[in-house]
Amino acid sequence: MKQFWKSMLKSPSGVIGLVILLLAITIAVFGPMLFPNSPWRMVQRPFLPPFTLGAVPLGTDALGRDVFAGMIFGARVSLLVGLVSTLVALVVGIPIGAMAGYFGGKVDDALMRFTEFFQTIPSFALAIMLVAILQPSIYSIVASIAVVSWPPVARLVRGEVLSLRTREYVQAAVVTGQSNTWIILREILPNALSPVIVLASLMVATAILLESSLAFLGLGDPNLISWGYMVGAGRTVIRQAWWITVFPGVAILISVLGLNLIGEGLNDALNPRLSREGR
Amino acid sequence: MLSFVAQRVVKGVIVLLAIVVLNFFLIRLAPGDPAVVMAGEAGASDQVFVKQLREKFGLDKPLPEQLFIYVKGIATLDLGFSFRQQAPVAKLIAERLPATLLLTLTAFAISLMLGVLFGTFAARFAGTFLDTAITVFALIFYAMPIFWVALMGILLFSVTFDWLPSFGYETVGANLTGLSHAVDVAKHLIMPAMTLGLFFMATYTRMTRASMLEVKRLDFVKTARAKGLSDAVIQRRHVLRNALLPVVTLAGVHSGTLIGGAVITETVFAWPGIGRLMYDALLQRDYNLLLGVFVICSAMVLIFNLITDLVYRLVDPRIEFAS
Repeated sequence: MKQFWKSMLKSPSGVIGLVILLLAITIAVFGPMLFPNSPWRMVQRPFLPPFTLGAVPLGTDALGRDVFAGMIFGARVSLLVGLVSTLVALVVGIPIGAMAGYFGGKVDDALMRFTEFFQTIPSFALAIMLVAILQPSIYSIVASIAVVSWPPVARLVRGEVLSLRTREYVQAAVVTGQSNTWIILREILPNALSPVIVLASLMVATAILLESSLAFLGLGDPNLISWGYMVGAGRTVIRQAWWITVFPGVAILISVLGLNLIGEGLNDALNPRLSREGR
Repeated sequence: MLSFVAQRVVKGVIVLLAIVVLNFFLIRLAPGDPAVVMAGEAGASDQVFVKQLREKFGLDKPLPEQLFIYVKGIATLDLGFSFRQQAPVAKLIAERLPATLLLTLTAFAISLMLGVLFGTFAARFAGTFLDTAITVFALIFYAMPIFWVALMGILLFSVTFDWLPSFGYETVGANLTGLSHAVDVAKHLIMPAMTLGLFFMATYTRMTRASMLEVKRLDFVKTARAKGLSDAVIQRRHVLRNALLPVVTLAGVHSGTLIGGAVITETVFAWPGIGRLMYDALLQRDYNLLLGVFVICSAMVLIFNLITDLVYRLVDPRIEFAS
């Protein structure tokens, strides 16, 4: 573990990424407490330009709502959706990949055809359809992002399990009569984890992009303000008020960039051999 | 070669069939009775009309039979009827498809050419300032949401500089013909295509760079160098050709993302393609149209994947078609 932090802190991208992520988490957790302006309430005249009033540093939108407050509260939604949907995707993808890799043969064939099928479906289009049909809410958004992002996890885990299955220590566990579940959970998966962690950090970034795109198209949770929603709402008035679209977009850019950098740092720290795009 | 193509086409048709079945069940997930939903779309929800609809679409029949009717309809290119737009779904899609193909193919060509070019440069000058600059730019483009890039493009090139039109496919009411019409469309195409292409360009840049650096170290490159071949020939014929293989694979994997990006790009730029059609269907909760566009998008991805598979076999000298 110490070794891991050492190499993680040695890679500049990892450090920058960690700093950005910590900052984003701090804002998401404590920001709304320190900054009590509700993002939905009118606080000033509409279209107030940024940097004119200290109380509303980033100006107001077309309805006089505080852009800065929206960005603070939006951080919660983005990070929450990013993290939870990635977790769900891991919960779906890891068992499928592990079973396919461990049992091989027909099980592998069937599970991999199933995975490939989900990989061929245009993911964003499927996510749009799912959210539209299930009605937009934080649950349907998390579910649809998870549905479109688990296949790479399954494929990655399958590959790892395939190569670990024939190792001697696994054979030894088989000989001592351990159950399949025990072998997969205790012997194989812990050793297959590092590439999964790298992939997961990149998946959180992709999930944040997906969530913002859905919200931009009007498929966000109507009760929660999010960065994508703000950009979408500012879109029609971009000629009069650039700040409404520019600032939330910068927030998305920085968080996604931070997570990608973390992915790169983790990759350098955990598996120096694996290339970044090799999934 | 032929048997390979046939095999892949059969596989593609099976996948498409599975997608159609998935579609069938998806629409049944929508809240409410489909007949009531359709009646609502048509703007009249009295009992008689709902009953008529139920009979017309076989919704009073058992589920397997309904599925059969649905699949049969799609096999004969009947994608249903859009009550909102008062037109068959297949006709609406056919009208919009050329614009989407123009946009996605242009974006794809731009991203692949620029991506491979920048990636090659970065690998060639690895460790220098140029490499760092390209890598940082690629990272940033990779992290920008497409809809935001589109809006920033409009802000910069339409609002501030007034160089490019911010929406549409051609100048409305200009009635241009021939060459001037083509120029007009091209002007409208630049921003959407660049917007859509930038994200993928960043991916291809990173991939090409990593892959070139990997191939460069291999023994056959040393052999080529030992033979006394010029650096340019080694880079082009030996390194680049082999380094392109993973890039081609990635292009295939990305075709679905490209379609998804087109939905956003077309929405922002009011580009009259099927992505925009999907957005309109979404706003109006026009499920027939939504599902129709989805099936066509999936078919496009399958076709694109088949093409990349063929290209892969052409580029990679080690794979033969017979196998």
